[in-house]
Amino acid sequence: MVNPQFIDRAVEENKKIRNQSKLQYRLMVVLFLLPALIVYGIFNIYGILMTFFYSLQKWSGISAKMSFIGLENYVKLLQDPVLWHSLSNNLILVVVSIAIQLPMGLILALIINSGLKGMKFFRTVYFIPMLVSTVAIGILWSLIYNPSFGMLNAILDLMKMGQFKTGWLGNETTAFAAVLITICWQFTPFYMILMRAGLVGIPNEIYESASIDGANGWKAFWNITLPLMAPVIKTSAVLSLVGSLKYFDLIYVMTDGGPNHATELMSTYMYKNSFVEFNMGYGSSIAAFIFMVAIFITATMLCFTRKTRVGE
Amino acid sequence: MRNIAKPIGTYLIATVFLLIAGYPFVFIFQSSFKSQMEYLSNIWSFPKSLFLGNYERIIQPDFLRYFGNSLLVTVITITLVIFIASLASYVFAKMEFKLSKYLFFMFVIGMMVPVHTTLIPVYVIINKLGLYNKLVGLIGPYISFCLPISIFIITGFFQAVPKELEEAARIDGCSHFVIYRKIMLPLSLPVLSTVAIYNFIYVWNEFIYALVLVDSAQSKTIPLGIREFYGMETINIPGVLTAIAAATIPLMVFYFLAQEKVISSLTSGAIKG
Repeated sequence: MVNPQFIDRAVEENKKIRNQSKLQYRLMVVLFLLPALIVYGIFNIYGILMTFFYSLQKWSGISAKMSFIGLENYVKLLQDPVLWHSLSNNLILVVVSIAIQLPMGLILALIINSGLKGMKFFRTVYFIPMLVSTVAIGILWSLIYNPSFGMLNAILDLMKMGQFKTGWLGNETTAFAAVLITICWQFTPFYMILMRAGLVGIPNEIYESASIDGANGWKAFWNITLPLMAPVIKTSAVLSLVGSLKYFDLIYVMTDGGPNHATELMSTYMYKNSFVEFNMGYGSSIAAFIFMVAIFITATMLCFTRKTRVGE
Repeated sequence: MRNIAKPIGTYLIATVFLLIAGYPFVFIFQSSFKSQMEYLSNIWSFPKSLFLGNYERIIQPDFLRYFGNSLLVTVITITLVIFIASLASYVFAKMEFKLSKYLFFMFVIGMMVPVHTTLIPVYVIINKLGLYNKLVGLIGPYISFCLPISIFIITGFFQAVPKELEEAARIDGCSHFVIYRKIMLPLSLPVLSTVAIYNFIYVWNEFIYALVLVDSAQSKTIPLGIREFYGMETINIPGVLTAIAAATIPLMVFYFLAQEKVISSLTSGAIKG
């Protein structure tokens, strides 16, 4: 017979050890997460909260003087035609990105996936714009569009179409289109590699058995490739949607939102208000607005396309 | 007939796109060897002689410093991001606790948040810390910005590591830290390099934080540097193109050396993001 007291004590000991290791376990969790939590906490979480806090203030950003004005900035924001214009530019950018970059990306992916000789070379070159800094691309294309010695006008001269020459970025009617073309040029390769990753994932057997059934070329593309690519296309659409809200560098370098706000995006307008005109209270309300638009769009996307959730 | 027409058509279209994507870079490099005069006399021609004046202008203390600054910031940021993100990912993938899901969500949702939302507060914080105009000031925001995607990718990979490996190690008396360091990190080298490349491209080219947080020539990074050069030398087009070439060369060399890896890193970042 074992002494019951002895058992009790053993159980007690065991509990102690378990509690101790539980504590140790928790300590481990905290220690492992701490660096990430500190950095992310300061710059992202605290940052977002402070943006909302600043958006309720009248504050230049230079002086420490800050006065609480409630929703006044937001009232001003909702009545600001430039903000609505830049929001609509952002939305045009979304539509153009999805309508041009995605199909172009798919075409390029089909080309480099065609199995023809030398496609590795083509792929290599197609991808390069994706690597170059947006600032460099902005400058390069500014030079292409330059009215006096730009490449575009030089091409028009070569083609004897000199009458169409213009200062592409300085002209209100052409500036935004010119910028959009540059953006498509820069980002199409990105969708190309996404689409290509999707294409590689489609097993060849499907095409083989389809071709036995007489489905070739266009038929195979519509009935096999496109449906099987649907998840990749959805992901690309989400990415280009979210990405379109973040555009800044290129516009800043090429036009700075001008001429006369023709190329203004919410981000450039926010930057101008905050860091050029030093009206950081108002700038913060624009930043908060951008945040809300991004979250709204993301949440909507999550609802509609459960499958393309973050994490899958 | 059809069998010949199809490849020819494909090559034709492919070549058109090749020119659109690639010619600007040919143009940049060929123009960088021309003087302003030669450039203006015929912008399309190949350089008649190798004019190195543009490159001489670039190889100056300021521009070299921008280079060094970018390199330093990029390397430090990536090292710290890998360390911080992999530690956190270990917890999310291998340790269970109550808030795990919520904290993970809090991190990854950061991928959807536009930079501009935190721009003003970051500017204020960096000023308060006395880090304005200092290279170090860029690193915090960069790390924070890289964390969501990095944690996301690394956690996904850690989750795929079989439980048996860990359990065997645990029986041998290994602590979580030892498991992390001796098992998870070595196993995940491929994915860590993917994350490193992904962040390298981002940090090397990052512009808006640098624009807001740095103003002195001492601490500027390459994107700020070429932007400044462009502002000063608008008329000297070959000069500006040379600056672009110089800023682009490191990434291009890197890309040609590790092409597959670069492409797969962007794909995994996107497919998973």
